[in-house]
Amino acid sequence: MNFTVALGAARAKSRPGAGPGLLSRLVSKLGASGWRPWLAPLAALLVWEIGAHLPGVDARFLPSLEAVAVRGWRGFVHDDLFHHVLASLGRDLAGFVLGACAGVSAGLVLGFSPLAQRALGPTLMTYRQISLFAWIPLVSMWFGGNEAGKIAFIAMAAFQPTLVNSWRGVAEVPKSYRELSNVLLFGRLGFVWLIALPCALPQIFTGLHSALICAWAGTVGAELLFNIAPGIGGQMNEGQQLFQMDRLLLCILLLGGVGLLFNLLARAAERRLLRWRTL
Amino acid sequence: MTAPARETAAHALDISHVSKRFLVSGRKMLALSGVDLHVDEGEFVSIVGASGCGKSTLLRLILGLDTDYEGEVRIDGVRVKTPGLDRAIVFQDHRLLPWLNVRSNIAVALRHSPLGKAEKAERVDAQMRLVGLERFSDAYPAQLSGGMAQRVAIARALVNRPRFLLLDEPLGALDALTRLRLQNELLRIVRQEGATAILVTHDVDEAVYLGDRVVVMRPDPGRVATVLSVSGPQTHDRSSPGFIGLRDQVLALLGVAYNGAELSLAREADAREAAPA
Repeated sequence: MNFTVALGAARAKSRPGAGPGLLSRLVSKLGASGWRPWLAPLAALLVWEIGAHLPGVDARFLPSLEAVAVRGWRGFVHDDLFHHVLASLGRDLAGFVLGACAGVSAGLVLGFSPLAQRALGPTLMTYRQISLFAWIPLVSMWFGGNEAGKIAFIAMAAFQPTLVNSWRGVAEVPKSYRELSNVLLFGRLGFVWLIALPCALPQIFTGLHSALICAWAGTVGAELLFNIAPGIGGQMNEGQQLFQMDRLLLCILLLGGVGLLFNLLARAAERRLLRWRTL
Repeated sequence: MTAPARETAAHALDISHVSKRFLVSGRKMLALSGVDLHVDEGEFVSIVGASGCGKSTLLRLILGLDTDYEGEVRIDGVRVKTPGLDRAIVFQDHRLLPWLNVRSNIAVALRHSPLGKAEKAERVDAQMRLVGLERFSDAYPAQLSGGMAQRVAIARALVNRPRFLLLDEPLGALDALTRLRLQNELLRIVRQEGATAILVTHDVDEAVYLGDRVVVMRPDPGRVATVLSVSGPQTHDRSSPGFIGLRDQVLALLGVAYNGAELSLAREADAREAAPA
C-alpha cells in the first residue's frame, strides 16, 4: 500500500497550477517542485557515466551515456524505434481499457451488493495472492502468444488494482452518508448516483492510476515473455540476442520515461476531476 | 386519517412510552426507557442531557430511521414509519456532500419535491439568503468555515419547508463565538419559517436560550427526568436573573454542582414535576 500512501502525499502537496492548459500546468508543476527531485536521477546518471569510463570497464557490458544517446538518436531518426514505442503504447492502452473497465465494474458490483461480496469476495481475495506471472502459461494457451494473449495479460494486470480500489471505495462510504441519503429520501438510485459514486471516485482514481502503471509493467512483461512482435519488449529481446547493451539500456530509459509521463498525466487528470478535494 | 383514541394525540408530535434497546456486544442495552414527550405546533423544545442518555436516538426515531422500538411516535396521531420531507435534521457534523457546491448541496434535498425547476431554484436562492450565504453559492464545503458549513446544513434542512426541524447538537462543533452568533440566527430562522423545532444539545445555556421548554434527560437508561417551561421576557437575556436561575436549575438537575445550590433546586424541581400541572 506504499503506492497509495505516496499517491495521497503527492495529491496533498500539489495544488492546481496557474496555467490554464494541461501542458503548461505540467511544466509549472515540474518547475514548482524545484531541483531536489532531479538530484537522485542525475546522480545515478553521473555514477553510470563515470563507471562507464573507468579503466577496465568493458564498454560492451556498460556502454556510456553518450553511446546510449547515439543509439536513441539513430533509433528515432533513422530507424523505426518510434513505431515500436507506438506498438507498445497501443497494446498497453487496449489492455488497460479492457482490464480497467472490467475491474471497475466488478469492484462496483462487489461494493454495492452484499450478496456478490459474500459470494465472490473471498475468491477474489485469493486471486489477488496469485502472482500475475503465474498466469502467463495459461493465458498463452487460451489466447495464444500473439496480440490477443498479450492484451489479455495486460488487461489482467490492470484488472486487479481497479477491482480492489473501486470495491473498497464503495464499501467504505461512511454510514453517516447512508443516513443522510435516507433522511433526504434519495432511494437506492439516488444514493448510488449522488453519494456512493462521487464518494468512491478518489479511490477509483487511485485504482486507475495504479492500473496504468501495472498495465505498462505488464506490457513489457508480455512483450518479453510472449511471442516476439514489434514493441519495446521486442526491441529488448533483439538487443539481448545481438548483445547490444546500449539498446537494452535505451529501452529501459524509454520505459521509465513513458511511465513517468503516465504518472504525470494521471495526476493532472485526478486533480482536475477531483477539484473539490484540493480546493 | 383515523381519529386516534388517545387524548395525547391533540399534539403535533406525540412520543408515548417509547423504549429502545440496542444490542451491544451481545447484550441488550436499554437506550430509552418509557419516554413520553408531547410537542405542540410551532414549539421550540430543547432536549439536554449527558452523553448516552438517548437524545440522538430519540431524534432517529422521530425521523423514522429506526422503527424497531416499543411505544409509539405519532405525528398528528399517525404513526411514524419512514423518513419524510415533513421532518428534516441538522447533524452535528454538517454532513454536506464535499463534491457538491453550496447551491447543489441545498438543491439536492429538493430531489423529491413536487416543485417545478424554476421554483426549486428560487427556493434554493431564498434559503441561501436566509442563512446569509448567497455570495458563496459556488463554493465547495472544503472552502467554508465550520459555521458557514453549518449554515448551509440548516438551509438544506429547511429548503423543503419541513414541519419539524430536528437539530442534533448542530452547533456543538463550533467555536464559542460562532456558536453564540448562530444561536441567534437559528432562533430567527426557525421563527421566520414557522417550523416546530426539537434541539438536542449538551449546552445548557443554549437549551435555555433557544427552548420554549427544556427537557432534561438522564442516562442509564435514557429517560426524561424533567420538563421545564421557559417563559417570560427575560429568557432571551442571558444575564437576567430569570435566565440564570433556570440555567442553574437545569445544571442542578443534570447533577452538576453550581453555586452550591444544586441539591435543593433539584428536589424542588422534582417535587414540582411530580405534582400535576
